[in-house]
Amino acid sequence: MAMTIEDKLGLNRFNVDSTPHIQIDGEYADQTLKERLVMACPAKLYRLREDNTVEFSYEGCLECGTCRVLTGGRIVKSWDHPMGGMGVAFKKG
Amino acid sequence: MRKCLYVRYKGSENAAIEEKGEKMAEEKFDVIIVGGGITGCVAAYLTAQAGLEVLVVERAEGAGQKAVTGGRMYGHAMEKVFPGFGEEAPVERKIVREKISVLSEDKAFTVEYDDDDMRRPEMASYSILRANLDPWLTEKAEEAGAMFIHGIRVDRILQDENGKACGVLAGEEEMYADCILLADGVNSLLAQQLGLKKELTPKQVAVGVKEVIYFGEEEINKRFGVKDGEGIANLFMGDVTNGAVGGGFIYTNKDSLSVGIVETIEEIGYGGVAPRDMLERLKQHPSVRDLLTGGQIQEYSAHLVTEGGYDMIPQLYADGVLVAGDAAALVMNLGFTIRGMDCCTESARLAAETIIEAKEKGDFSKAALSLYEKKLNDSFVFTDMKHFRKMPAFIDNHRIFEQYPGMIDEMMRGLFLVDGSKPEKFTKTAMGAVKKVGIFKILGDVRKGMGAL
Ligand SMILES: Cc1cc2nc3c(=O)[nH]c(=O)nc-3n(C[C@H](O)[C@H](O)[C@H](O)COP(=O)(O)OP(=O)(O)OC[C@H]3O[C@@H](n4cnc5c(N)ncnc54)[C@H](O)[C@@H]3O)c2cc1C
Ligand code: SF4
Repeated sequence: MAMTIEDKLGLNRFNVDSTPHIQIDGEYADQTLKERLVMACPAKLYRLREDNTVEFSYEGCLECGTCRVLTGGRIVKSWDHPMGGMGVAFKKG
Repeated sequence: MRKCLYVRYKGSENAAIEEKGEKMAEEKFDVIIVGGGITGCVAAYLTAQAGLEVLVVERAEGAGQKAVTGGRMYGHAMEKVFPGFGEEAPVERKIVREKISVLSEDKAFTVEYDDDDMRRPEMASYSILRANLDPWLTEKAEEAGAMFIHGIRVDRILQDENGKACGVLAGEEEMYADCILLADGVNSLLAQQLGLKKELTPKQVAVGVKEVIYFGEEEINKRFGVKDGEGIANLFMGDVTNGAVGGGFIYTNKDSLSVGIVETIEEIGYGGVAPRDMLERLKQHPSVRDLLTGGQIQEYSAHLVTEGGYDMIPQLYADGVLVAGDAAALVMNLGFTIRGMDCCTESARLAAETIIEAKEKGDFSKAALSLYEKKLNDSFVFTDMKHFRKMPAFIDNHRIFEQYPGMIDEMMRGLFLVDGSKPEKFTKTAMGAVKKVGIFKILGDVRKGMGAL
């Protein structure tokens, strides 16, 4: 049985910051882009709600930048590296 | 020589800086390097060795904790900086066998290449885990006299009234230097802030998703038919990405495997498989799954790889600032291999040389720092990137990922599968497979592929 993404993330160490390093506009209208965004995130942190708005949680972010590059300022309104020492800490890399 | 403290994160951004003592706050460095990855460490080592006052600011709590690579590093560039690198550095295994596998749904056609020259230090390549390599590089740089602060994110580059970079801002802390080297990796928000680089476009970068899977050293040797210290690189194309532009990789580490996929961001959605699921698709392909049974996943990671090639290299210098490594997009994604680490090492070496010469002349102006680009132009980095300049356009072709794998595997099936019925002539099987794609399209792609090499 393949591990779920949640299980895989559970293997990593995270220092979760109290403020999110990514801000989104979940109401953005482009349906295709929303669906691609949900697909894109390796940590599966974007979800479509029943009303088709985007839900996002920053805990578990692998800090890759895919969501920022894919949406180019749409949906993902701002993207920063987490504060120093915060976020994921890889032990293999 | 400067006393080097290894500063660990203590709960707030400023605590780590304060711990360095008040001395630092008042002091001006010759160079501040943003990012303590391969690029930052190599540049820090060389500039510190030349007697410069060097500060490296890295946002990770400890060396290597934000770094992700595939990866296999070609050793030639490191050998120039650290002679005997392959022997001394904590590399995983020397790569002595190359495999390229073309996958269709349940078939695989693999080309395997062995070459004893892969064992020679000047030609050798090594599998790498950054959490092992980066601390070693950091230590080398510290021994040479560079100062590191970990757990601090640089928010902005400070400029004087003439626009010359003169320091960095981290939280509320300001630190000053004659010159800033941006070694902050593919997501270099700082190079963007300075207007040296535009935001990455979905066509220019791919997302890499990777797992490190533990087996034990003996087990790796057995499964891959290699001895201690030696290993393989296996690249995959075709079914993994379900036709989208991208591919998969497996590298043997000492006691684990790095297994991953890359997909161009623009392609996300094409073929309907999410990048995170492509990784499972690779792991569960009939030609791969038995190799992986019983392994324990140790880590799950993701990172961007630039793949725009020569044409996406940004502005590399300005008054008081240089950009090197991934931040400068100095990466070649050639389909059959990725070369970022040797390019970033070389660019770090050349940036260091430039900074050392600028320090001698006391001139960190844009004109003085333009020497860096000349040096890159004379180095393998630009030579090779120009050589493979057409590769990104060639690879951006769905036929390669969608149709050719099936075509090749169908031909092989004609050769190798025997069920007692009358075999078809190979030319007929082959032509049948070729016609499905279109012979002129194939000839055109072969011509373009040869041109790109
Ligand atoms: C999936 C994948 C496979 C790859 N495979 C290969 C391969 O097989 N062979 C190969 O040669 N290359 C490969 N590469 C490319 C290679 O990993 C990179 O070229 C290399 O890691 C670049 O090193 P760097 O030091 O320039 O950047 P990084 O290693 O990214 O280091 C940048 C550092 O800067 C820090 N930083 C960023 N912003 C700030 C800030 N504001 N303040 C403080 N610190 C900051 C980061 O925390 C990070 O530690 C691969 C890459 C990926 C993603
Ligand atoms: S940076 Fe990467 S892991 Fe984090 S939310 Fe964006 S896509 Fe997901």
